[in-house]
Amino acid sequence: MNIEQQDFYTQAILSMAALVGLTSFLMLGQGRLLRLIFVFALQGLLLTLTTALAAYSLDSPHLYISAMLTLILKVIFIPWMLRRQVLLMNMHRDVEALKNNTAVMLGGAGLMVFSYYVLHPIVQTSSAIMLNALAFSLSVVLLGMLLMISHRQAVAHVVGFMAIENGLFFAAIVATKGMPMVVELGVAFDVLVAAVLFGIFFFHIRTSIDSLDVDRLNRLHEVDQ
Amino acid sequence: MNWLLAVIQTLLFVALAPLLSGWLKWCKCHLQNRKAPSLLQPYRDLLKLIRKQPVVAEHASWIFTRSPYIIFSAMVLAASVVPLIAVDLPTAASADVIVLVGFFAFARFFLALAGLDIGTAFGGMGASREMTISSLAEPAMLMAVFTLTMTASTTNLSLAIAHVLNEGLVLRPSFIFAMFALVLVAIAETGRVPVDNPTTHLELTMIHEAMILEYSGRHLALIEWASQLKLMLYGVLIANIFLPWGIARDFSLHALGYGLLAISGKLAVLAVCLAISETLVAKMRLFRVQEYLSFAYLLGLLGMLSHIILEASR
Amino acid sequence: MMVLMPAYAAVLFSFASGLLALMTHRRPLLESLCLRYAARFPGRQPGRIPLVGLLEESRYPIRLRQAVFVLLGISGLLAVLAGSAALVSQSAVTDQIGLGLPWLPWHVRFDGLSGFFFLIVGIAVSAVSLYGPGYVQTYQEEKHPFAVLGLFTGLFVAGMLLVLLADDAFFFMIAWELMSVASYFLVAFQHENPANRRAAFLYLLMAEVGALAIILGFGVLAGFSDGLTFDALRQANLSTGWASIAFVLALLGFGMKAGIVPIHVWLPEAHPVAPSHISALMSGVMLKVAVYGLIRFCFDLLADAQWQWGVVLLVLGTISALGGILYAMMQPNLKRLLAYSSVENIGIIFMVLGLAMIFLANGFPQLAALGLLAALLHAFNHALFKNLLFLGAGILQHQVHSLDIDSMGGLIKRMPQTSFLFLIGCMSISSLPLFNGFVSEWLAFQTALQVDVLDNGVLRSLIPVSAAALALTAALAAACFVKVFGLIFLGLPRSRHSEKAQEAENKGMLLALKLLAGLCFFFGIFPTLIIGALNTVAKQLIGQVLPNATLLSWMWLAPVSVQKASYSPVLVLIGVLIATGFTFWYLRRNPDTKSMRRSGAWDCGFGGLNARMQYSSSAFTMPFRRIFAKVWLIDEQIDKDMQGAQDMDVAAIHYRLQVQDHSWPKLYQPIAHGINAAARLVGRIQTGNIRVYLGYSFVTLIVMLWVVSL
Repeated sequence: MNIEQQDFYTQAILSMAALVGLTSFLMLGQGRLLRLIFVFALQGLLLTLTTALAAYSLDSPHLYISAMLTLILKVIFIPWMLRRQVLLMNMHRDVEALKNNTAVMLGGAGLMVFSYYVLHPIVQTSSAIMLNALAFSLSVVLLGMLLMISHRQAVAHVVGFMAIENGLFFAAIVATKGMPMVVELGVAFDVLVAAVLFGIFFFHIRTSIDSLDVDRLNRLHEVDQ
Repeated sequence: MNWLLAVIQTLLFVALAPLLSGWLKWCKCHLQNRKAPSLLQPYRDLLKLIRKQPVVAEHASWIFTRSPYIIFSAMVLAASVVPLIAVDLPTAASADVIVLVGFFAFARFFLALAGLDIGTAFGGMGASREMTISSLAEPAMLMAVFTLTMTASTTNLSLAIAHVLNEGLVLRPSFIFAMFALVLVAIAETGRVPVDNPTTHLELTMIHEAMILEYSGRHLALIEWASQLKLMLYGVLIANIFLPWGIARDFSLHALGYGLLAISGKLAVLAVCLAISETLVAKMRLFRVQEYLSFAYLLGLLGMLSHIILEASR
Repeated sequence: MMVLMPAYAAVLFSFASGLLALMTHRRPLLESLCLRYAARFPGRQPGRIPLVGLLEESRYPIRLRQAVFVLLGISGLLAVLAGSAALVSQSAVTDQIGLGLPWLPWHVRFDGLSGFFFLIVGIAVSAVSLYGPGYVQTYQEEKHPFAVLGLFTGLFVAGMLLVLLADDAFFFMIAWELMSVASYFLVAFQHENPANRRAAFLYLLMAEVGALAIILGFGVLAGFSDGLTFDALRQANLSTGWASIAFVLALLGFGMKAGIVPIHVWLPEAHPVAPSHISALMSGVMLKVAVYGLIRFCFDLLADAQWQWGVVLLVLGTISALGGILYAMMQPNLKRLLAYSSVENIGIIFMVLGLAMIFLANGFPQLAALGLLAALLHAFNHALFKNLLFLGAGILQHQVHSLDIDSMGGLIKRMPQTSFLFLIGCMSISSLPLFNGFVSEWLAFQTALQVDVLDNGVLRSLIPVSAAALALTAALAAACFVKVFGLIFLGLPRSRHSEKAQEAENKGMLLALKLLAGLCFFFGIFPTLIIGALNTVAKQLIGQVLPNATLLSWMWLAPVSVQKASYSPVLVLIGVLIATGFTFWYLRRNPDTKSMRRSGAWDCGFGGLNARMQYSSSAFTMPFRRIFAKVWLIDEQIDKDMQGAQDMDVAAIHYRLQVQDHSWPKLYQPIAHGINAAARLVGRIQTGNIRVYLGYSFVTLIVMLWVVSL
C-alpha cells in the first residue's frame, strides 16, 4: 500500500491519525497542568474535525451530531471545567518535575510500534488503512494509560482517562464509521459524570491531605493508626 | 548551461541571506512595538565590517584567522546543493543530503575550534554548548531527512524534491512529523529563541555568540554572513521539501521568475512565523534543550516509523 | 604463486627484524662474524672496511636500531605490495608449508580479503618503521632494553601477517597466539609500574579467554567436518542451532580481541601503557585482524548466515559505538581517549557488518556487498587515522612529558607541523567531508537507507533507529575531537612543560605522520580507487559486486546507482578552493585593512586572562555528563575551603571527578567474585591432613576395582 495511490479521504484520515498521535505525545511531555488541558482540548478538536470529515465523505448526517457532541463536550465543556478546578485550587503554578522524560517518550514510541504488531494478525483481512488507523487509536489508548502512570498530579490522571476514551472514539469513527447513537450518548454522559465526580473528589482530597499528588494518597492510612 | 544556472542560484542564495535576516528583524521589531531598521540594514552592517581592519589577539593562531573563510565557504557549498529556485541542479549530484549535513558539521567544527583558540572561558563555554546541542540535533535532523529520502528513494536533494513535486498534493503523516522535527531542529541549529537568543548581550546566556566574541572586521562579517546563510538554508529546506509547489522544473525564464517569487513568499511567511514564535516563547535554560531535542528526535523517529509502517507497508 | 612471494618475504623480513634486535648487545659477536666472513674472501678487502665502520662502537646502537626498523619497513612495503597484487590479480592462491604437525601441514591461502588486510598492516607497519627510530631513542637502555622491544615487535608483526595467511585452524591459532603473546610482552614493556603490570595481565587474560572461545568455535565446526583445514570446515554441514553456537563463540572470541562492549575493558587499560608506536599498531591493525577473523568465520566458513546473527551484530555494534564514544569523551588521558574511540569505530564496523549479514540472509547479496564494502573501508580508514593520532600522541608525550590533556595547551605555536597533521587526523575521525572518514560513514548510511527492500517489520523499524544512533555517534565523535584538538593545541599553555615544548626534531617521526595524513586526504578525495579494490574482496567472499560497479570513475562515487545517491569529493574540493580563494582574495584587496592588528584578547573587557581561566576537559564535557548521566559511574566532589569571619569566604575549591566504566562492577567483579568463590570451594579438597590424602587414594582404588569388576 503506497500512500500516493490512496484517495484524498484516506490520506486525510491517516494524517489526522498522525496528528492525534502527536498530541498524545505532547501530553506525555507536559509538566504544566494548564498546557496539558489545552493539548487535550486540541486533541478533541482534531477528533471533531475527523468526525466531520468522515461525515462529509460518507454522507451520514448522524456523524455530524456526533461531531457537535464531541466539540461541546471534549473541546469546550470538560477542558473549561478542569481549567476552573485547577485555577480554583491554585495548582497552575505547580510544575511537575518529570524525571524520566526521555525514557517515557521513547517508551511511548515503543508502545506505538507495539500496537502495530499486536493488531497486525487481527486486521489482516480488511484494508490496510484500517490497520493503520486502528493501530494509532490503540496507541492513543496505551499512551493515555502511560500518561496516568507517569504523572503524579491527579488532574493529569483525569486527562489520561479522557485520552483513553478519545482513543476508543477515534477507533470507532475510523473502523465502524461511528457508533450507534445510543452508545455514543451513553459513553459521553458517562464521561461527563466521571469528570464531575472527579472534581468533587479532588476538592475533598485536597482539603484532607493538602495536595493532589497521588503518590501521597498512601498516607491516608495514617489516619487509622 | 545547467552549471551556470547553479552558480547563479548559489550567488543569489548568498546575496539574499542578509535580506531575510533584515525582514525577520523588521517583523520582530513591529511585534515588539519598536521602530524597525530598514530591510537593507544587514547589508550596510556587513559592508561596514568588511571595511574595518580586524583586531586579533596576540596569541591567536592560524585557526582563528582562517576559520571565517572556511566556515563561509562551507556554507556557500551547502547553498549550492539546496535547490532554491530550480530543481534540476547538477551540483546536487556531487553532494547529497548526507554531505549537506557534513558541510554543516565542517563549519561547526571550525567555529568551535575558533572559540577555543583564544583561551577565554567564554569561547570554551560557547564551544562546549554548541557541540552538545549539535550532537543532539544531528540525529533528529538525519531522521527527518531520511523520511524524505526513503519516500523518494534517493538521497539526491534535487531528485527527491522533484519526486515529491511530481506526485502532487499527498498528505503524508510521515511528512507532517518530519516537518515538525525539522522545524524544531532548525530553531536549535540556527540559534534562535527558545534555544539561544541571537540578540543577547549577556555572555553567560550565549551559545553561538560566545564563540565569536573575539572576532572583528572582515572576519566577523564573514561569520555573520555565514550564520544568516545558515538560517536561510534551513528555511529553504523546510519550504522546498515539504511545500515544494512553485519551484521551477525547467529553466525557462518564466518558470525561474515564478520560482523566485514562490520561494520569496514562502520564506517571508516562515520568517513571520518565526518572529511570532520568538516573541511569544521564552528562552529555555540550557539543560531543557536536551528534552526539546529528544522530542524533535522522537518526532523524526515517528515520521520514519510511520513511513515504514504506514506508507510503504507490506 | 607470484603473489605469495612478497607475502612470505614480508613475514620473513619481520622475523629478521626481530632477530636482529636481539643483537643489541652482541656487537663483538657481529664483529667477529663479519671478520670471519671477510677472511673467507681475502679479495674483498676494500669491502670490509665500510662494514666494520658500520659496527663502530659509538654508533652501533643507533645503527642497529635503524637497521631493525629498516627491516620492519621493508616488511611493511612488501606486505603492501603483496596485498595490492592479491587485489589486482583477483584470484585466490593456496599453498602448503611443510612445518606443523606431520599429518597436518600448514595451509596458506592468500585471497582478496587477506590481501586487503595485508595492505592495511603494510601501510601501518611502514609508517611505524619510519616513526620508530626517533621514538625509541628516548628509552633508557638499562630499564627498557631495545632488544626486547625490537624482538617482540618483529614477532608481533609476523604473527599478524601469518594470521592473515592461515588456511587451517591449527595454523590460525598458532599465529593468533604468537600475535597475542608478543603483544603482551610489548604492553608489559614498562613493567616497573604496578599499574602497567596489572594492565598487561588483564590484556593477556582476556586475549587467552578469547583465544579459547575461538578454538571452541573452530572445534564446533570441525566436529561436523572431516579435517581442520578451512576448505574442510567450509563443507561442514551444521544444523542451525550448532551454527548459532559456533557464531556466538566466534563473536565472543573475536569480539574480545576487537573490543566490543562489554568485553572491551582491556583496551583502555593496555593502550596507554604500551609504547606509542605499539599502541598505534595494536589499535590500528590488531583490532582489524580480529575483524578479519570474524569476517572469515562468519561470511566464509559458516555456510548460511542467519538474519538473527546480523541483528546481534547490529545491536552489539550500536552499543559499542555509543558506549565507546561516550566513555572517550570523559577521559583526560589522551591515549585512553583514543583507545575508547577505537572501541567506537570497531562498533561502527560491526554495525555495518551486521547490516551486510541481514541483507545477505534476506536474499539481497548486492546490498550485502555494499555493506561489506562499507565495513572494510571503515576498517581501512580507521587504521590510517588512528595510527596517525597515536603516533601524534607519542610525539606529544615526548615533548610535554605527560598524556594528560589538561596539562597541555597552546602547542599549535610551538609544534606547527605536528598540530597540522594531528588536525587532519581529528578531522578524519570526526567524519568531515573531504577526508576518508566521511566516505566510509557515507557508505554506511547508504547501506542503512536501503532498508526499504526488506520485508521483515522488526528489521524495518530497527535499522533506521541504528542509523540514527550512528548519526549520534558521529556527532559525539566530532564533539570529542574538537575538545581534544582545542584543549591540546589551542589556547594558552597550562603547564611549564607545554610552554617549553618544541617541534619534534626527528624527521622520521614527522614523515610517518605526513605519510598517514596524506593518505587520509588522498583517499578522501579519490575513494573509488580503494573501493574498486574492495569490489574484488566482495566478489570472492559473497560472489557479488556493487550494483553500480561498472560506473565507478575516479571522480564520482555512486555505489548503488546515480539516481539513488552520488558523491563527488573532487568537485567538492574544487568548490571549497574556489569559494575560499575568491573570498580571501576579494576581502583582502584593500591594502589598508589587509593586515590584522594584534592586541590583547578582548575577553569582554574583563582583562587579566591567564591559562587557568580556560576550559578544561571535564568542563567541556559537563553538558554531556549531565545529559547522558546514566551511562557512566560518576563520582563528583566539590570541597570548599572556607576562611575568614564565620567561615564565609572561600579560600580554595577542590574539584574531584572520577568516571568509571559500568562493566567493572556490573560484569567483571561479579565474575571475579564467582570464580574466587568457586575456587575456594574446590580448594576445600586440600585440607593439609595427610590421612585425608591417603583416604583419597584409597577411595579411588576401591572405585576402580569396582568399575573393573563390572
